[in-house]
Amino acid sequence: MIGVSEASLHFGTLRVFEALSMDVPLGRTTAILGPNGRGKTTLLRCMLGFQPLDQGRRHAPAIVGYVPQHGASQAKLSGLDVVTMGSAARLGLFGQPGPDDTEAARAALVQVGACSLADLRYDRMSGGQRQMILIARALATGSDALVLDEPTSALDLGNQARTLGLIAMLNRARDRAVVFTTHDPNHALAVADDVVLMMPGGAVVQGPVAQMITPDLMAELYGVPMHWVRPDGPRGRMAMLPEFTGKDALCA
Amino acid sequence: MSIAVDQAPRRARLALRFGAFPVMTAGLVLAMLYSISAGRFEVPMARIVEILWARVWDFSGSPETMDERIVELVRLPRVLLAALSGAALAVGGAALQGVFRNPLVSPQVLGISQGGAFGGAMAILLGFHGVVLLGMSFVFGLAALVLVGLLARINGRTEILTVILAGMVVGAFFAALVSVLQFLADPNSSLPAIVYWLMGSFSTATWARLGLALPGMVLGLGIVWLLRYRLNLLALEETEARSLGVNPDRERWFIFIAATMMTGTSVAVAGVIGWIGLVVPHAARLIVGEDHRRLIPASALLGAAYLVLIDTLARTLTASEIPLSVLTALIGAPVFAVLLRQHFKRAWQS
Repeated sequence: MIGVSEASLHFGTLRVFEALSMDVPLGRTTAILGPNGRGKTTLLRCMLGFQPLDQGRRHAPAIVGYVPQHGASQAKLSGLDVVTMGSAARLGLFGQPGPDDTEAARAALVQVGACSLADLRYDRMSGGQRQMILIARALATGSDALVLDEPTSALDLGNQARTLGLIAMLNRARDRAVVFTTHDPNHALAVADDVVLMMPGGAVVQGPVAQMITPDLMAELYGVPMHWVRPDGPRGRMAMLPEFTGKDALCA
Repeated sequence: MSIAVDQAPRRARLALRFGAFPVMTAGLVLAMLYSISAGRFEVPMARIVEILWARVWDFSGSPETMDERIVELVRLPRVLLAALSGAALAVGGAALQGVFRNPLVSPQVLGISQGGAFGGAMAILLGFHGVVLLGMSFVFGLAALVLVGLLARINGRTEILTVILAGMVVGAFFAALVSVLQFLADPNSSLPAIVYWLMGSFSTATWARLGLALPGMVLGLGIVWLLRYRLNLLALEETEARSLGVNPDRERWFIFIAATMMTGTSVAVAGVIGWIGLVVPHAARLIVGEDHRRLIPASALLGAAYLVLIDTLARTLTASEIPLSVLTALIGAPVFAVLLRQHFKRAWQS
């Protein structure tokens, strides 16, 4: 549905990925994890067609619902106006959004549960509210492929939970291909079916979430020891935490 | 809670925004009527309406009385040309500001005006007028813009800051070339013609000149009007706009060419009139907000009314005409400073 095949990309001598084939089929949600600066956003840009590949090809529908990390931050427009932009691809060069497009935008706002944001000005919204609007705009494109670039990175814990809940809810009907980048393995555990790990050094490994989110792989990915914890008791859900290095350890 | 609190001022704003267009249109009509009536030979407004009404019903007749001749042959074409130029310059500024996501951009900042001025001055020096002058203004305005585009494109990317710096460089270069032309020009004939033309004036407005300006300006205004929603999308980050199906490079060039057409034409028929493209969109933004679907028509109406009033002042304040660019700068610079301060104060508060 959306992905790349046999794709390679280098920046000078730096290998971002080589002979990478990944595909996010309809009904699946894929998380891309990797350390800072490893190329997670670059891989998304390749899938969207904004970053040319050295080799290989991308496959994606003509329009992909894209949720940027910092979107439309300058726009002094209402939430509804920003969501309505989702229909731009259908309008053509000289088209103006009509009642149908506004209706589609309102439906998208209902879907993400953000009707109350329709008339608020986008530039005055909080980070969490903006994220809802941008996700609604991606839905309003009508595309069944959804790409989210670090949807939780600038949000507080409450908004992170709400955004993750929304991503899970969006694919409950299993009729979309969703791919997102994140820094937190727990976010992948919460909503993803598959995981792509962009390892330090240029290797990329991928597989089902249960096989990829392991203490060993995560320790290799982030360079710190990682452990499972069970916040809900011995039979509850599992979460992964890094081994925190205290001040004392740094000074020793 | 905060949403409920926000509703009341929003309603007031909406009323203002939708009521603003009839008020601005009425303001423009009044400004035009006042401008036609004012002058050394004063024509009462009722008489102007009467003359124009009679002309609507009898289009073939020719003006007979003194006031008919003044209204129809002297002041009406001048006022229409001023209104059209004002609308074109303001819309050009608003469109360029949208594309560059920067409220300080205008045809002057990008060097288009200076390029157009060089083309026009060259035409005057070579003894050309009319279509050739207009054509050379447009061609050199566009040349300046292309030069800015090439200079600002570094490693395949065009950053806003480099565009503005390149605009300053290209503008200064063409301004220097205009000085060279003035140095070469005959001090008894072409030099005063160039200097006076550069200072900007509608004193030579005729129906023929209006006809000359009409195609370029109407085409430019039409293109920007059709792309008004696209301008909202072009204000987004490049990647974001692309993901929504926008082709920013192509659509920017449509806007550039439209803005150059309007600026070049306006420079050709009335010289370099600065500040309109900077001040008017700001004022329009304060009234109708940032949505280009409202901002473009509001800029057109305000720009037209503003330049009509400036032109009226220019020809009625003193015995001889004051150059337009002097007045637009004298009024524009302080107004712009106040607008800018308000803008940033508000930005800090919100």
